[in-house]
Amino acid sequence: MSTTPKASRSQTIHWLGSIGVIALMTVAGYAALFVAPEERSMGLIQRIFYFHATSGMTAFVAFFLCFIGNILYIVKRESRWDWLAVSSAEVGVAFNTVVLVTGPIWARPVWGIWWTWDARLTSTFVLWLLYISFLLLRTLVDDSNRRAVVSAVFGIFAFLDVPLVYMSIRWWRTQHPQPVLFGGPGSGLDPQMRAVFYTCWVALLGLMTLLIRQRYRLEALRHEVQELRVQVETQ
Amino acid sequence: MNLARGARIILAKELRTEFRARELLSTTIVFVLLVIVLFSFTFDPTSAESRRFGPGLLWLAFLFAGSLMLQPSFLREQSNDTLASLRMAPIEPFAIFLGKIAANLFFMLLAELFLLPVFAVLYNVSIVPVFGSLTLVLFLGTLGVATVGTVLSAISVHARMRELMLPLLLLPALTPVLVASAEVTAGLMAQPPVLNTEGLLLLVIFDVVFLTAAWLVAEYLLEE
Amino acid sequence: MSAPHNAADPALGIAFQEIEKRYGDLFALRRVSLSIRPGEMVALVGANGSGKSTLLRVAAGLVRPSSGRIEFGTRSIAEGPYGSLALRRRIAMVGHSIMLYDALTAEENLSLFGQLHDLSGLPALIRDGLAAAGLAQRSSSLVRTFSRGMRQRLAIARALLSAPGLLLLDEPTTGLDVQGIAWFTDTLRRLRRGGCTIVMSTHGPSEALRLATRAVRLEAGRVAADSAKGAELTSMLDFQEN
Repeated sequence: MSTTPKASRSQTIHWLGSIGVIALMTVAGYAALFVAPEERSMGLIQRIFYFHATSGMTAFVAFFLCFIGNILYIVKRESRWDWLAVSSAEVGVAFNTVVLVTGPIWARPVWGIWWTWDARLTSTFVLWLLYISFLLLRTLVDDSNRRAVVSAVFGIFAFLDVPLVYMSIRWWRTQHPQPVLFGGPGSGLDPQMRAVFYTCWVALLGLMTLLIRQRYRLEALRHEVQELRVQVETQ
Repeated sequence: MNLARGARIILAKELRTEFRARELLSTTIVFVLLVIVLFSFTFDPTSAESRRFGPGLLWLAFLFAGSLMLQPSFLREQSNDTLASLRMAPIEPFAIFLGKIAANLFFMLLAELFLLPVFAVLYNVSIVPVFGSLTLVLFLGTLGVATVGTVLSAISVHARMRELMLPLLLLPALTPVLVASAEVTAGLMAQPPVLNTEGLLLLVIFDVVFLTAAWLVAEYLLEE
Repeated sequence: MSAPHNAADPALGIAFQEIEKRYGDLFALRRVSLSIRPGEMVALVGANGSGKSTLLRVAAGLVRPSSGRIEFGTRSIAEGPYGSLALRRRIAMVGHSIMLYDALTAEENLSLFGQLHDLSGLPALIRDGLAAAGLAQRSSSLVRTFSRGMRQRLAIARALLSAPGLLLLDEPTTGLDVQGIAWFTDTLRRLRRGGCTIVMSTHGPSEALRLATRAVRLEAGRVAADSAKGAELTSMLDFQEN
C-alpha cells in the first residue's frame, strides 16, 4: 500500500465514502422494507419498486457521466476522461441490469407474467444492449488511443439516441396501448412513499459514485503500470 | 462550398464504382427478398395479419440488409489506402461521410423501391394509393439507417470481428427508426390508410440529430 | 475558399518540433525535431520500422502526433494540416500504398483526384500526366489490370497532378523498372528546378538520391544523423551492408 500523503488522503476518502454508502444503503433498505406504507393491492413485493425505478434513474445518470467523459476526451485528449467514460458505462450497465432483473421479479407474483413490453422496460432493454455494445467495442479495438476515440464517438451517438429511444417506444406504446404496469410515471406517490423513494435514490447515487470511483482508479492504476513498464523497457 | 463540392465528387465516385460492379445492389435485393420470404414461413398470414406484421417485417429486413450493405462503405477504402488520398484532399472531412451517406441512401432506396411492389404482392397489401407517402417514409427512415450506418462503418473498420460488430452496434441504435418507420408504414397499409405525422416527425428529428452529430465527429473518426 | 490553381506553387518548408507518436506501448517517433527549408530535397534513410513512413504521414496530415508541433512556412499547426484546406492543396504524397481505386480507370482516378483538388484545365492535365508516365495507352483500363510498375507510375502521376509545393515520397521507386526510375528521376529534377520541397524516404540505393541535397537518418524513431549537422552526405547515402 502506498503511503504518499495524496494516496493516503485518497484512501481515507474511500473508506469514509464506503462507510457512508453502506450506511445510506442500510437506511434505504430499512425504509423500503419497513417505513414505506404497504401498497394496497400488491403486497410485500411492491417494495422492490423503490429499487427498480431508482436503479433506472441511476443508470441514466451514469450514462450521462459517460457522455460527458466521451465529449471531454474528444476535445481534450486526456486519458482520464476515457477512464471516466468506461467506468460510468460499466456501472450504468450494472444498474440497468438491476432494472431488467427486478422487473420480472416484481411482475411475476403480481401480474402473473415474467415480462412486459411496456415503454420503460423496453427502452431500458434497448439501452442495455446499446451500452453493452459500447463495452464490447472497446474490447475489440487494440490500440488504446484509437479505442478511446472510436468508443467516445460511439458513446456520443449512443447517448444522443437515449431520448429518441424513449420517445419512439413511448409513442409506439400509445399507438398500441397496454394496461399500465409498474405504476405509470407520476402515478401519484403517497408522500411517505415519495420520501422513501428519494432516500433510495440518493443511496443508489452514492453507490454509483463509489463504484465509478473504484473502477476509475483501477483504470488509472493500469495506465500507471503500463507507463512504468514502457519507461523501464526504453532504458 | 467545399462541403457540397467534396460530397458531390465522392458521391459520383461511389455511384460509378457500384454501378460498374453491381454486386452490392443485387446482393442486397436478394437478401431482403430472402428475409421476407422466410419470415412468411413463420406464420400463416391472413390479409389482416399481413397488414399488422408485414410492415414491421419489411423494415426489419431493410435494417438487416442495411447492416450488411453498409459494411463495405469504409472497409473498401482500406485496400490501397485510398482513404488517405481522400483525407489529404482539400475538402472537409464530413464531405467524405456525406458523399458516402448519400450513396448508401441512394442504393438502399433503390433496393427498397424495387422490393416494395414485391412485398405488396406477397402480402396482399395495396400500396398504389399511398405510394407517395410510402416513398417519404422510406426516404426518412433509410436516411437514418444510412447516416448512423455509415458512421458505424467507419468505426467498425478498426475493430476485430468487424462483420459482427457493425450489426451489433447498428441495430440497437436504430430502434427509433425501426419503431417509427414500421408504425407509419403500417398506418399507410391499413384500411383505410392513415398518415402518422408524429412518426414522421420522430424520423426527421432522428435524421437531423445524427447528421449533425456525424458532422461534428467526422474528423475524429478519420484520424490515425 | 480559394480559386483553383495550377501554377507550380512556391516551395513549402516544413519544421517538426519535438514530434512524438505512440501506438500503445510502441513509440514510432520520439522527440523528432527537424527543419526543412523550402526547395530542399531531403533523403530520409533508415531501416524498416525506424519511423520514416510515420514521419511522412505526420507531414501529410494523415497521422496526428501524440505531442509536438509542425510548422509549414510561417504557419504553426499543432497537429498537422488538419484544419487548413489551403495547406492541403500544396502537399502531395506517394505513399506505401498506391492510394488509387482498383475499380476505376487510370483516367477516372486522376479525374477524381483532380476534382477534389479543384484543378482547372483538368482534361489536359490528365492527358499530359498520363503521357509523361507512359500510361497514355492504358488510360481507360481499370487500375486492377495494371502491373506493379504501372500502378506505381500512376501513383506518382497522381501526386504530381496538383503541382505541389511539398512532395512526400515513401519509397517511391518500389516496383519501377529502369525506364520508370529514369522518368522519375527526371521528373524530380524538373520539380526541383520549378521550386518544390521534396522529402523522400528510402532504405536502399537509388538513382534519384543523387539529387538529394541533404540526408537524415532515423533510428528507432529518433534522428540519428543529419547531413545538415555535420554528418557526411555521400556516406549516408552509401548503404553499405554491414
